[in-house]
Amino acid sequence: MALLEVRDLHVGIEGCEILRGLDLAVNAGEVHAIMGPNGSGKSTLSHVISGKPGYQVSAGQILFNGEDLLAMEASERATRGVFLAFQYPVEIPGATTMNFLRAALNAQRKARAQTEFSTPDFIKRVREVANSLNIPQGMLKRGLNVGFSGGEKKRNEILQMALLEPSLCILDEIDSGLDIDALRIVAGGINALRSSERAMIVISHYRRLLDYIVPDVIHVMSKGQIRKSGGKELALELEACGYAQFEDAA
Amino acid sequence: MVAVQETVERVRRIDVDQYRYGFETLIESDKAPKGLSEDTVRFISAKKNEPAWMLEWRLEAYRRWLTMTEPTWARVDYPKIDYQDIYYYAAPKPKKTLSSIDEIDPEILKTYEKLGIPLREVAILEGVEPPPGGEQTPNRKIAVDAVFDSVSVATTFQKELKAAGVIFMPISEAIREHPELVQKYLGTVVPTSDNYFATLNSAVFSDGSFVYVPPGVRCPMELSTYFRINERNTGQFERTLIIADKGSYVSYLEGCTAPQRDENQLHAAVVELVTLDDAEIKYSTVQNWYPGNSEGKGGIYNFVTKRGDCRGRNSKISWTQVETGSAITWKYPSCILRGDNSSGEFYSIAISNGFQQVDSGTKMIHLGKNTSSRIISKGIAAGKSQNTYRGLVSAHRKATGARNYTACDSLLIGDKCGAHTVPYVEAKNSSATFEHEATTSKISEDVLFYCVQRGLSEQQATGLVVNGFAKDVLQKLPMEFAVEAQKLISISLEGSVG
Repeated sequence: MALLEVRDLHVGIEGCEILRGLDLAVNAGEVHAIMGPNGSGKSTLSHVISGKPGYQVSAGQILFNGEDLLAMEASERATRGVFLAFQYPVEIPGATTMNFLRAALNAQRKARAQTEFSTPDFIKRVREVANSLNIPQGMLKRGLNVGFSGGEKKRNEILQMALLEPSLCILDEIDSGLDIDALRIVAGGINALRSSERAMIVISHYRRLLDYIVPDVIHVMSKGQIRKSGGKELALELEACGYAQFEDAA
Repeated sequence: MVAVQETVERVRRIDVDQYRYGFETLIESDKAPKGLSEDTVRFISAKKNEPAWMLEWRLEAYRRWLTMTEPTWARVDYPKIDYQDIYYYAAPKPKKTLSSIDEIDPEILKTYEKLGIPLREVAILEGVEPPPGGEQTPNRKIAVDAVFDSVSVATTFQKELKAAGVIFMPISEAIREHPELVQKYLGTVVPTSDNYFATLNSAVFSDGSFVYVPPGVRCPMELSTYFRINERNTGQFERTLIIADKGSYVSYLEGCTAPQRDENQLHAAVVELVTLDDAEIKYSTVQNWYPGNSEGKGGIYNFVTKRGDCRGRNSKISWTQVETGSAITWKYPSCILRGDNSSGEFYSIAISNGFQQVDSGTKMIHLGKNTSSRIISKGIAAGKSQNTYRGLVSAHRKATGARNYTACDSLLIGDKCGAHTVPYVEAKNSSATFEHEATTSKISEDVLFYCVQRGLSEQQATGLVVNGFAKDVLQKLPMEFAVEAQKLISISLEGSVG
């Protein structure tokens, strides 16, 4: 059984159909890249899997560990192990990053009937991960994402991912707004989290990211469907010919 | 996460019916006849065994009140109050003359216990936990004056305060025991003619706290008054007078609750603060009067006049308020910066929910040279409530070098509430420097989804945002009160990690 299985998914927003019969199966331990032009529905897919309100699912199914994901609240999906690294992380003034992390971690642990982290253990854990991502301690004491650079916000997303230890990581345009050094750090953080129990979906429209995060499977998405799937050689084909060739395929 | 849960109950929930302090204490009480007349004023004065000058003062205020009309300029809306349909005095019937706290009616003691207010002299407020990983909280003492309807039922730590020379007693006692002080200061900050509700208070006030800190004394503990309205159809008209003599310091805390009732009850208090040369008063309020039910029925009309007079050079008055209760709040704790180099501060969190209406702010009146003031106001509106900040900053012709900084932030939760900012600025002196900043924000869907995607509930997310928003002001509260305030609006984790 696949960890995530999307079957014939049709999704619209405000009456406009964006996903038009999308199929996708991701196994634990795999990294899938979804590539496609702007407006192909990549971000919509990530939002629908993670439970963002405002979308209408008119047909299809999303199974996560065999369970109906669409029937769950967004927070329950998070608790079950679905994590979305946001393209545009939000700012929360006055709520320090440290406190936000702790609130999120403890909420998830509580929902899973695990004991909450003690403060010293928690701080120790955060510091370890933060160091590995080159996140200075001072940043953790600032309001969540407030005054963070684009690179800092993305590193903060990976920090959260590392702490929450989800089984499915969806990374939406994690490379956008990053310079090459920041990209290396972020990709390093993501690669460190690859494991046989965890699946990742990396969404991007730049092939460059795949030099740093090498996927097992690449999907090309266009007009709300997956038009072609293949190994990493597909990226080279895209590089050479662009997305246009996939527009009318399938 | 307990505090966060509670936050939510306060802030997000439209169902304000679950007011935690809405119980009623069944106790026999001694009331004045219903309605207001010269006889009512005489009745109250006689009940308090007041000297003739005090009665005259009250009667003068009453006669002036008859000539005044209720103000209508605030952005609040309520049916006309029938001043003849209110009891102006209600006191728990004493079973005998009290000589110690053990003789207070156990029902009243129980009431305060339920409210978490220690009338027995315990060293630390219940519920104050040391911050995790932090140092053990030092055992700080708080002296409490408890006002139940119209009378003060207990004042703790009297002996210790006396040793320091601090006078902290019900104002009714101070009128008898320290008439020279009361006569010298009462009505000098908020004159009997000040405004409709203050004048009414001057005529019928029944109790409240009196504090005098002698020259050079730093009050050895926090002073606190806990106000409780219990009787039905009863107005509470308390009067507080605090004098910090030269070079002294005092921190004073005030808390308020009332039972849940269908009718609206009037609370018209007056607070006067006086600081002489180099003295400082820090005055904090956590106001949690019954706000009315989910349909907007019932609740307290909180029409309060609070003003401080920085009479001496280098003196300072700081107001901090957390306003979460009351059906209507009409309140502008202000500072008259009379002494040269004096300074005033106003830190406010005003939360409105359900059908609550808040019109609150401050006045900073710069009269002396080189005076400074600072205003930080955080308004949080939810439900169908209306939340207005109204403030005045003025510099007199002679107030050279006056400085003010004002920041008014509003946070909207949902789309049926309103936030309004009405700042008045008047500078009659070209050397004055006044700064004003204002923001309005909403808890966006994107922020909620972000938090929810991390496993937080929507309520927790709201709590996080609200507490982050109010953080600057929460940090200004004395530690003991911050606990209570946090229970109302704050998150348990702020400041404990990181």
